[in-house]
Amino acid sequence: MARKLNLRIWRGDSTDGGLKDVQVDVNEGEVVLDVIHRVQATQMGDLAVRWNCKAGKCGSCSMEINGKPRLACMTQVASFDENETITITPLRAFPIIKDLVADVSFNYKKAMEIPAYEPPKNLAPGEARMEQIDVERSQEFRKCIECFLCQNTCHVIRDHEENKKSFAGPRFFIRIAELDMHPLDILKNRKRTAQEEHGLGMCNITKCCTEVCPEHIRITDNAIIPMKERVVDIKYDPARMFAGLLKREKRN
Amino acid sequence: MTSSVTLERHKYDVLIIGAGGAGLRAAVEAREAGLSVAIICKSLFGKAHTVMAEGGAAASMGNVNDNDSWMVHFRDTMRGGKFLNHYRMAELHAKEAPDRIWELEMWGALFDRTKEGKISQRNFGGHEYPRLAHVGDRTGLEIIRTMQQKIVQLQQKDGREFGDMEAKIKVFAECTITEILKENGKISGAYGYWRETGAEVLFEAPAVVIATGGVGKTFKITSNSWEGTGDGHALALKAGANLVDMEFLQFHPTGMVWPPSVRGILVTESVRGEGGILTNSEGERFMFKYIPDVFKDKYADNEAEADRWYEDQDNNRRPPELLPRDEVARAINSEVKAGRGTEHGGVFLDVSKRIPAEVIKKRLPSMWHQFYELAGVDITKEAMEVGPTCHYVMGGVEVDPDSAAAIGVPGLFAAGEVAGGMHGSNRLGGNSLTDLLVFGRRAGAGAAEYVKNNGANPVSDAAIKSAADRIEAPFSRAGGENSYSLHAELQEVTHNLVGIIRTRVELEKAIEMIADIRARSKNVAVSGGRKFNPGFHLAFDLDNMLLVAESTAKSALLREESRGGHTRDDFPGMNPKWRQLNQIASFDGDKVNIKSQALPAIRKELFDLFDIHELEKYMTPEEIAKGGSN
Repeated sequence: MARKLNLRIWRGDSTDGGLKDVQVDVNEGEVVLDVIHRVQATQMGDLAVRWNCKAGKCGSCSMEINGKPRLACMTQVASFDENETITITPLRAFPIIKDLVADVSFNYKKAMEIPAYEPPKNLAPGEARMEQIDVERSQEFRKCIECFLCQNTCHVIRDHEENKKSFAGPRFFIRIAELDMHPLDILKNRKRTAQEEHGLGMCNITKCCTEVCPEHIRITDNAIIPMKERVVDIKYDPARMFAGLLKREKRN
Repeated sequence: MTSSVTLERHKYDVLIIGAGGAGLRAAVEAREAGLSVAIICKSLFGKAHTVMAEGGAAASMGNVNDNDSWMVHFRDTMRGGKFLNHYRMAELHAKEAPDRIWELEMWGALFDRTKEGKISQRNFGGHEYPRLAHVGDRTGLEIIRTMQQKIVQLQQKDGREFGDMEAKIKVFAECTITEILKENGKISGAYGYWRETGAEVLFEAPAVVIATGGVGKTFKITSNSWEGTGDGHALALKAGANLVDMEFLQFHPTGMVWPPSVRGILVTESVRGEGGILTNSEGERFMFKYIPDVFKDKYADNEAEADRWYEDQDNNRRPPELLPRDEVARAINSEVKAGRGTEHGGVFLDVSKRIPAEVIKKRLPSMWHQFYELAGVDITKEAMEVGPTCHYVMGGVEVDPDSAAAIGVPGLFAAGEVAGGMHGSNRLGGNSLTDLLVFGRRAGAGAAEYVKNNGANPVSDAAIKSAADRIEAPFSRAGGENSYSLHAELQEVTHNLVGIIRTRVELEKAIEMIADIRARSKNVAVSGGRKFNPGFHLAFDLDNMLLVAESTAKSALLREESRGGHTRDDFPGMNPKWRQLNQIASFDGDKVNIKSQALPAIRKELFDLFDIHELEKYMTPEEIAKGGSN
């Protein structure tokens, strides 16, 4: 049976805005995106919200629900107390466009900066042979639905706008890790460029990204930490340091 | 109104509307042919409906069963479509699908593997052998991400060459096209608006590829996202192209039915491919009762044989749960109507009894997740409740199979779900993802070839003004109709009167009601400003859905038989006479008109791939005697 739900929705744009209280019907089994749609259809025809699949597969309806980065389509209304007012605000780490829609173009710029997959030379289509166990490591990261909740929650950029230039963020660390672990990719030094160009070193592994990932990708444990460890190995490996010195001498 | 002085203008060789699998594959092909390409998507880049495809991509690589070949795949596709497919499209698709999958692997896709390290292939409804390349149950996501990253790779290459990564290929995200423009009878570009700001934008391009996907949002219960509003179907109609066989809608047999907010969300066919069984409220495994005559020799008529098939496919017939989708959807519909449905009006689908919990979680991870989080059901322990949901439109833009060129409009191309013909009256699961790749590539190549032969075709000011006036109109009305309510009304009409089972009386009523909604939609008023205003966006989507619904209802009324995704209660059964005809929809500026047109006759060497006794079930004696065309 329908009951009344109290919502507090952020409305406005980059110039001005604030929380607006609304009351809306809610039915059994509904998710937060359902009630937002009902508000849109009955009370606020121009309420801006981004969504697509409504099944947790496309990662469009990312927002903050009672301050937590969530997918609105996967957040059950029943998970809140019946009398609780649910507060819905746009992603905080990115600029506002309007209402619940944030400008996430930062992520698409970063995506263009990560060096692309490089296939092996002389491998004809259809000839690739890979073990399931070897593809699974990268497959975990390819589950990413690009909801950017990890990017939004990462305090390296959430609280420090100035870091955005030099920090790609967790979503792109798993992209780099995925290519680094890809059984066929031949581009070298992915870990080193992660460190030197994409800000891997700025991550201090508080695991906030892993906690908000709706796909339960173990971003920190399986992508970031192994890359950090390897970067340390490469940078401080005495044999490599010695070889590096020799190379430098040769060049000189 | 945007003045022509300030209007944002872009010039490209090829404009691609839609950034799902077909659009992106077309973009790659056109760029690699040396042309500049604009990709337009209504959503953010990478969110297209292709991400929802779960089961896999059908291609006869023969990795799991080496009896497979393009000929077997071709036969299955034609059978699935009840021989209404354009044979040439089915042929090209079956022949080229393996290359398109291997190509994706060269672009970085990571499919699940066989023990020998090849791409693994799974069973699916209507496919004789295990044929679907897959990645768990998120194959569509893998394909779109691979293509998205291929685009980035091309952009990085352009960056090195031109100093600007977006010099030759640029994605215009959250942008809606409202009009395809023509000058002197040929394509000149397209006009639209940015969703974010509402500002208008003009794209000048001599070739336009429509790759906008489906029409599911025309219906009340659908697996489609908000984007599936038939934009490309309507844009093409208005640009003078034809739509072929719009009466054929695929109702996927297994959508979620409970809770109400998730009604329609897809439950992948892989659940049945992996061994899931369908039962009614009496515990009966009912599909054995619904095996049609044409499929009797391929499907098991008893549980013991059906169960053995999972272990030994060479010596047993397939379980009837794996019949083509139209058959399963109708069977579920009949069970529920006969009072043997579940509490929430579906039937049970169960994998928990046959497969161990850890295997289910590994092979069907997103299904487990989806049911656990949205319905509170653990599919490793309990059955799911499922029922039909509007999933796919077989009908679409009439195209030349080889070049994907829209018939009648020079410079216009269409690929993927928005194109018609490939799947006949019913699409087989898994054939869509490879359809996107095969015909996306052909559309990109077709468009590139066209541009090289034709060159630019400038847009006139008059065309710009008329497109701009149309966008401004809903803002200038006060107190008109609400687009959300009209959309809900349309969905009621299509659901009740143009759904899985149709009759003449109901279709006639639907046509009248759709005309009424369309008349009222001319008076839609929008509240608020232009900036990211969903009410404004829906006003345009609604216009597209109304044209699609009109085409579907009118085509359905004309086709007096039941075949694939079109079932007439007043004309049960297939009629070989109707198999020889396509229904062609065109738009005269006021209403949709339908005419019947002869289906191209199948070529002799393709005709000869079938057993004559099988063809006798579909064709007239005269056609059989003729033995295909030359």
